[in-house]
Amino acid sequence: MKSKYALRFVALGYLALLLGIPVALVFINAFQDGIGTAWNAVTTPEAQHAFWLTFIMVAVAVPLNTVFGVLCALAVVRQRFRGRALLNAMVDLPFAVSPVVVGLALLLVYGRRDGWIGPWLSEHGVQIIFSTPGMILATIFVSLPFVVREVIPVLREIGTEQEQAAATLGANGLQTFFRVTLPAIRWGVAYGVVLTIARALGEFGAVSVVSGKLSGRTETATLYVESRFQRFDETGAYAASVVLALLAFATLLAMNLIKPKEAQG
Amino acid sequence: MSRAFPISGDVLGRGVAMSYLSIVALIPLAAVVLKSVDGGADTFWSAVTTEQAVAALKVTLIASLIVVLVNAVLGTLIAWVLVRDEFPGKSIVNSLIDLPFALPTIVAGLTLLLFYGPESPVGVNVAFTRASIVLALLFVTLPFVVRAVQPVLLELDTEMEQAAESLGASKGTVFRRIVLPNLTPAIIAGAGLAFARAIGEFGSLVLITGNIPFKTQAASVFIYAQVESDNPIGAAAVSVVLLLAALVVLLIFGWFSKRALRHEE
Repeated sequence: MKSKYALRFVALGYLALLLGIPVALVFINAFQDGIGTAWNAVTTPEAQHAFWLTFIMVAVAVPLNTVFGVLCALAVVRQRFRGRALLNAMVDLPFAVSPVVVGLALLLVYGRRDGWIGPWLSEHGVQIIFSTPGMILATIFVSLPFVVREVIPVLREIGTEQEQAAATLGANGLQTFFRVTLPAIRWGVAYGVVLTIARALGEFGAVSVVSGKLSGRTETATLYVESRFQRFDETGAYAASVVLALLAFATLLAMNLIKPKEAQG
Repeated sequence: MSRAFPISGDVLGRGVAMSYLSIVALIPLAAVVLKSVDGGADTFWSAVTTEQAVAALKVTLIASLIVVLVNAVLGTLIAWVLVRDEFPGKSIVNSLIDLPFALPTIVAGLTLLLFYGPESPVGVNVAFTRASIVLALLFVTLPFVVRAVQPVLLELDTEMEQAAESLGASKGTVFRRIVLPNLTPAIIAGAGLAFARAIGEFGSLVLITGNIPFKTQAASVFIYAQVESDNPIGAAAVSVVLLLAALVVLLIFGWFSKRALRHEE
């Protein structure tokens, strides 16, 4: 029985030293000059703009990746075509790519000076790099696989019997999808959406490369944390970190609420 | 297998999915690969063999290997405690395992800097040393092995273990001869994901490692520096090395996960 307590002690001790205490310290540091100071730090115009920009990233990337995720999962699970295995493998690629490489990749395509289509776009007045569209593309890239990965196992699990029954009864493809398939996979989609939101909110490296880090213009919440810290405004950095940490805890809560429902189907 | 959707919808759906994936991810990644060999194989080779690039790749690979080994041991231990042990607050600890995934990496780096940096309340300062790279990577890769091992351990029937114990096997022998062989595929699968994540990590390293060339500059930070100093070929060449390393590791991981599935059937 002694070994049981030893194992528990090692596991919990490791988690406390790696996660618990450091994260708690950010909260303590953010509020050490009072809640008012922390509140003022996250409500400056720059901070507000940074959180607004992060919201835009999420608002554009998440719906697009959700639609893609469901279409892609349907194609991989329900269809037979050449390139299906390749599609299934390629979807995971963003997991294997460093965020900095994602940023570099976008720069090489959309860069204004010597990107593939950047100069042409620039002539037509479209700026991707050092501007919001590039940052959105970076966010889409890094958060691409989550919905697909969550929906594929659920689709496999529910099988095709109900869809076939609906089709036999005269439902067309869209009716079958919206009234049979989608309700059956909704918790899988929801779980994938939560993961996508978390990834989109927290992206730093890829957005950093393509943003140009223009304070008050192309600075998302995570870039704001870095720039505040580099400028020795530690209260500003900690306060914004606390907001992001609270969003992370909300993510964990949502994951916990959705997971059991997904298991029930 | 009969189709639940009319053919036109099928083709449209997968057409949209494949186009989206290509535009968002595949074409930009192709740009990186092509850029890396823009000046021919010699230029590629000299770009990845500059002293600074080699140092950055070496530091990244060694730190990632250490992190994977620690994760394999402690991740398995944590999964064991979360499945086989009972203690108050267990479900909260279980949810917190996903925190490194939900927390933005820049915030992760900042929290670690607070506890393990120059102003550490316990006097442990690893900032700007190679140990800080290992620390940051341990934080961000924590969930992989735990979450891979947990479901396997939950499914594992304890009857075999009880039988072995009743025949006089010690706890250590039971774990080594019965539990561990069953967990190995999951441990390796989780370790593979952790490795792929570790070699590309950027955000959590930015603040705590100091990014000192030849000492604490990781590969992703090196790439970032090359982008900033307008050396896209150097950046792309090291990116390709990282990509290849991640893909090779994920292939090995895929092989093991398939083998594990075959065992179950």
